[in-house]
Amino acid sequence: MSKLHISTIINGEPEEFLCEPEETMLDVLRDRLSLTGSKEGCGSGDCGACSITVDGSLICSCLMLAAESEGKKIETIEGMSDGETLHPLQQKFLEEAALQCGICTPGMLVAAKALLDENPDPTETEVRFWLAGNLCRCTGYDKIVRAVLDTAQEIREIK
Amino acid sequence: MNDANNKWIGKRTIRPDGADKVTGQATFGADTTMPGMIWGKVLRSPHAHANIRSIDTSKAESLPGVKAVITSVDVTNYPLDKPVILGIQDMRWMTRNVMAREKALFHGHPVAAVAATSQKIADQACKLIEVDYEVLPWVVEIDDAIKSDAPILHEFIEFEGKPSNIAGTLEHKKGDVQTGFEEADVIVERSFTTRPVHQGYIEPHACLVSVSADGRTTIWSSSQGQFMVRAMTSMLTDIPQSSIRAIPAEIGGGFGGKTIVYLEPLATILSKKSGRPVKMVMSREEVMRASGPTSGSKSTVKMGIKKDGSIVAAQGTYYLQAGGLPGSPIRGAVGCAFAPYDIPNVHALGYDVVSNRSKVAAYRAPGAPIGAFAVECVIDEVSEAIGMDPLEVRLKNAAKEGTKAAHGPVYPRIGYYETVEAALSHPHREIPLGKLQGRGVASGFWFNAGGESSSQVNITEDGNVVVTTGHPDIGGSRASIANITAELLGIDYKRVSVLIGDTATIGYSNLTGGSRVLFASGMAVTDSTEKVIVSLKERAAKIWDIDPEAVDWEDGYARPAGANAGMFDPLSLEELAERATETGGPIGAGSQLNTAGAEGGFATHMCDVEVDVELGIVRIIRYTSFQDVGLAVHPSYVEGQMQGGAAQGIGWALNEEYIYDSEGKVDNPGFLDYRMPVCSDLPMLDTVMIEVPNPKHPQGVRGVGEVPLVPPLAAIRNAIYDALGIRFYGLPMSPPVVLEALEQREAAE
Amino acid sequence: MSDIQYLAPTTLDEAVSAYSGAKGSAHILAGGTDLLVQMRSGMVNPGLIVDIKKIEEITSVKETEDGVFVVGASVSGMELANNSNFGKTWPGVLEALNLIGSTQIQGRASLGGNLCNGSPAGDSVPALIAAEALLTVQGPNGRREIPVKEVPVSPGKTSLADNEIAVSFSFPSRPAGSADAYLRMIPRTEMDIAVVGCGVSLTIEENTCTRACVGLGAVAPKVLEVEGAAEALIGSQLDEDTIENAAEACRACCNPIDDKRGTIYYRTKVSGVLLKRAVAIAAKRAKGV
Repeated sequence: MSKLHISTIINGEPEEFLCEPEETMLDVLRDRLSLTGSKEGCGSGDCGACSITVDGSLICSCLMLAAESEGKKIETIEGMSDGETLHPLQQKFLEEAALQCGICTPGMLVAAKALLDENPDPTETEVRFWLAGNLCRCTGYDKIVRAVLDTAQEIREIK
Repeated sequence: MNDANNKWIGKRTIRPDGADKVTGQATFGADTTMPGMIWGKVLRSPHAHANIRSIDTSKAESLPGVKAVITSVDVTNYPLDKPVILGIQDMRWMTRNVMAREKALFHGHPVAAVAATSQKIADQACKLIEVDYEVLPWVVEIDDAIKSDAPILHEFIEFEGKPSNIAGTLEHKKGDVQTGFEEADVIVERSFTTRPVHQGYIEPHACLVSVSADGRTTIWSSSQGQFMVRAMTSMLTDIPQSSIRAIPAEIGGGFGGKTIVYLEPLATILSKKSGRPVKMVMSREEVMRASGPTSGSKSTVKMGIKKDGSIVAAQGTYYLQAGGLPGSPIRGAVGCAFAPYDIPNVHALGYDVVSNRSKVAAYRAPGAPIGAFAVECVIDEVSEAIGMDPLEVRLKNAAKEGTKAAHGPVYPRIGYYETVEAALSHPHREIPLGKLQGRGVASGFWFNAGGESSSQVNITEDGNVVVTTGHPDIGGSRASIANITAELLGIDYKRVSVLIGDTATIGYSNLTGGSRVLFASGMAVTDSTEKVIVSLKERAAKIWDIDPEAVDWEDGYARPAGANAGMFDPLSLEELAERATETGGPIGAGSQLNTAGAEGGFATHMCDVEVDVELGIVRIIRYTSFQDVGLAVHPSYVEGQMQGGAAQGIGWALNEEYIYDSEGKVDNPGFLDYRMPVCSDLPMLDTVMIEVPNPKHPQGVRGVGEVPLVPPLAAIRNAIYDALGIRFYGLPMSPPVVLEALEQREAAE
Repeated sequence: MSDIQYLAPTTLDEAVSAYSGAKGSAHILAGGTDLLVQMRSGMVNPGLIVDIKKIEEITSVKETEDGVFVVGASVSGMELANNSNFGKTWPGVLEALNLIGSTQIQGRASLGGNLCNGSPAGDSVPALIAAEALLTVQGPNGRREIPVKEVPVSPGKTSLADNEIAVSFSFPSRPAGSADAYLRMIPRTEMDIAVVGCGVSLTIEENTCTRACVGLGAVAPKVLEVEGAAEALIGSQLDEDTIENAAEACRACCNPIDDKRGTIYYRTKVSGVLLKRAVAIAAKRAKGV
């Protein structure tokens, strides 16, 4: 069986790649496309460090075959900022020290952005349950939850 | 000192490495590649305990794509009879931990490793390696390991004259506990158990190693010390340290677990054999099976108290699991257990017990949470017995400046008393509790460490600053270093760039561990920066042709010290940098120190729980940590340490544990069933930073990273007692355990 | 080079022919949240992966005029939540599906995958059984409908033949005064596998329970329908004694194991607690209060 040829849109850019049928989206992002912002913490969908969106839906890229991405729109952490302008969530994470080691941060940000895209005014409980699939071992989540809530408020105020 | 005049120390600046970390550009251990790179994999023991009779690698070697296969024959041997000490590790054990030698000591113990052109081929090759095992009886629990007929892991280890699984003991004595207990009005003696828990860093161990034909070796890896990686790899491969360049990748959490090597020596040997760069990344399952958690334990603590609340005697006996090779953190358990208190008579004794588990590694205040759990639970009980508030009892017995601790030192100015005082007067204490809710408190101590650190501070030609230190930044230390440097130089912190040097570019720096980084590197950076300021003043003096003594450095400018010095316009850092060549050349200074005076860290935690008594579920509904933080150079990251430690403690207390199956294998080697707290499990984690500056540090820094994990276990246990009236003596207090205790009480009534 | 094949057919016939043609070496890929984990751990080594998410019938939700819902087997929890009506009629099924894993998992995990994985602890299965849902499967010899309660056989095994593909679930129309609920016990608040899961569906007419069905998960080698509990509830006004009898029926049918997720004692005890709580929620919903 030869490799599969896949055409996708990644962070707004058309992208073609070859992959083995059993390769995960995470493997392809990291090892074939050098998009190493998505991290592998578990490979079983339990840590969320590899979170991406596919056609707007938040998923773990370790639980998706790369072959499934044919014709899909993929967004990763690498596409979150607009050039040098950070997304408000990225900025707030920095201002409020919502990261320590930073390994969960890309997945956390992708997941938080998916939340705010869907629900611009989440409660603390909603933030906590939405982010329950993103493990962080450093922060105890306190500053992460605050940063997401504060960003949501800031975005609402601007609008 | 952190006064109102500070511009940067004590400010919540944005970390220098921040933008890379929020955009996915930061490169962690597994994020690098090299031309010609191949993949390494480890073959691991399927048995908990087995002699290795022989290993046949020929089939694996002949598989197309396989470039190298190694076994313990390829790793430097250190005979069992002579200790080879490196820091707190013994390389006799380290060589046997990275690759099983005489026997496999736990399920998952490496027995061989392969490098191949793809991960898949490497996996296939591992399956082709034939290992002839003589399977042995195994033992994983302490009680089983110390039985007289227990399977012995190491015949050469003797205790009381015969082969034993007790590999060592440690004892601290102060006064005479016998006499002390005679003075007590109430004596409580209780026994406790805790289960091993993993550090749970989200980034699995990973490295990339390239060995050139001339033996020059480059290691890119995620660790808590590039110099540790260099030294251990050198000792396990016989490549001299001067030929090894260990580059610290960004590290995705460590909490002590990355203070030793697992993969680096194997990848080095594979690279040397194959002539190709070799990348190795552990799976989560490998991390859980084969990297070190902290010990499980059993302990007995006896305390005697007088009716007036003074604790007159305390005795603790601790057995800690070491895993398959000696070295459990008994020092932390017996040394920290009673350290917050001024008790006249103390006896603490620890036993290091080997069993067929993965070798333990450091975990945030290693041993101290185990020591404190038993003591802080018993304090709750003696307080109740004499009818005194447990915080008041702690206040009455609090160690202070001048107290001689049982583990040796006489304390300088410390802030333990203040943490209890703050807890006593905090609004948290006044919040009314509902039905099936309870509140508990506990305290804790951690030694903190100083030791070797190097730094280099260079002024760039355009008048900005580059600081290099030698410590992997695990929680924001670069931000704190930028604050200190900017403060001392009187310039905007954005003009300070802080980098972590590799082993070839910065002088020796000990581990990121022991809560030592900001204490030690802050000292080294302060020393370097002060030397730079001396140089800057000399440059200005030369330009003005006055005595250097007559130059002040203030707010980023050299100024004449007074009217007598002459009337000159101030010279900025930029101007002095521009004129560096004519005034003596490059401006910069280094410092290499062996720091001392770290002094202990103390904390008191207060926790509210709510129990679902039908399901046995305990939820944390409110949490406040009170900690003497010395001086918070960057308050956000100090709070972060306090919150992170509390969260880990909550996991340890309620749900985290290693579960073994009937064959001696870990049955929950993943984040699904090794249940670390998720975001929805926790409330906001409030922090009260109490600043009692460390008199032995230029900025007053005291280590803050580890002590936050010491009090939570008992604070939660005491809170559950307050909610239910049931005292637990073992961790975790998971739903089945709690429900069963409730049922037992019901049955008894 | 890989020895695995990947196919993403657009019609059910193609899928069935590829799947059945592989003679047992093929695996269906729906959300992938179980399959990819099993592949990684070496538990399964498929020769062929049939991705069914390009087949319209399997990925869509339909509501007929008489109130029957037909939900494609690979519709994700997130997609089902976006259907404006399904959650009003079957809140228990929806909450069960969306208790599986994290937000990320909910974007992928499906009723069909959860059922066909054959786990005794699958969250949506007790709710599907309580809902008296029917599964439509298609094989080389055509279609058949199976009550969901007859699908699980033992851990990892279902009653589907190895050439049959799960196509859709149909949920019967129900009278006013009907509702369902699903509760599970996990040690954390999210991310765990159910230690016990309990689905309850009720119809309440003039304060009397006229119809009831109870599904119970993670307490036996397969998810159970607890007929004794339903019998206790039907005809009652859901008073305390009745509900205790139903809880006792749940405890009595438990045949669990001691494992890393829970003990026999604990699971048995908790099954009764969850029954009571789930009945209370379903009743509240049925009464519209």
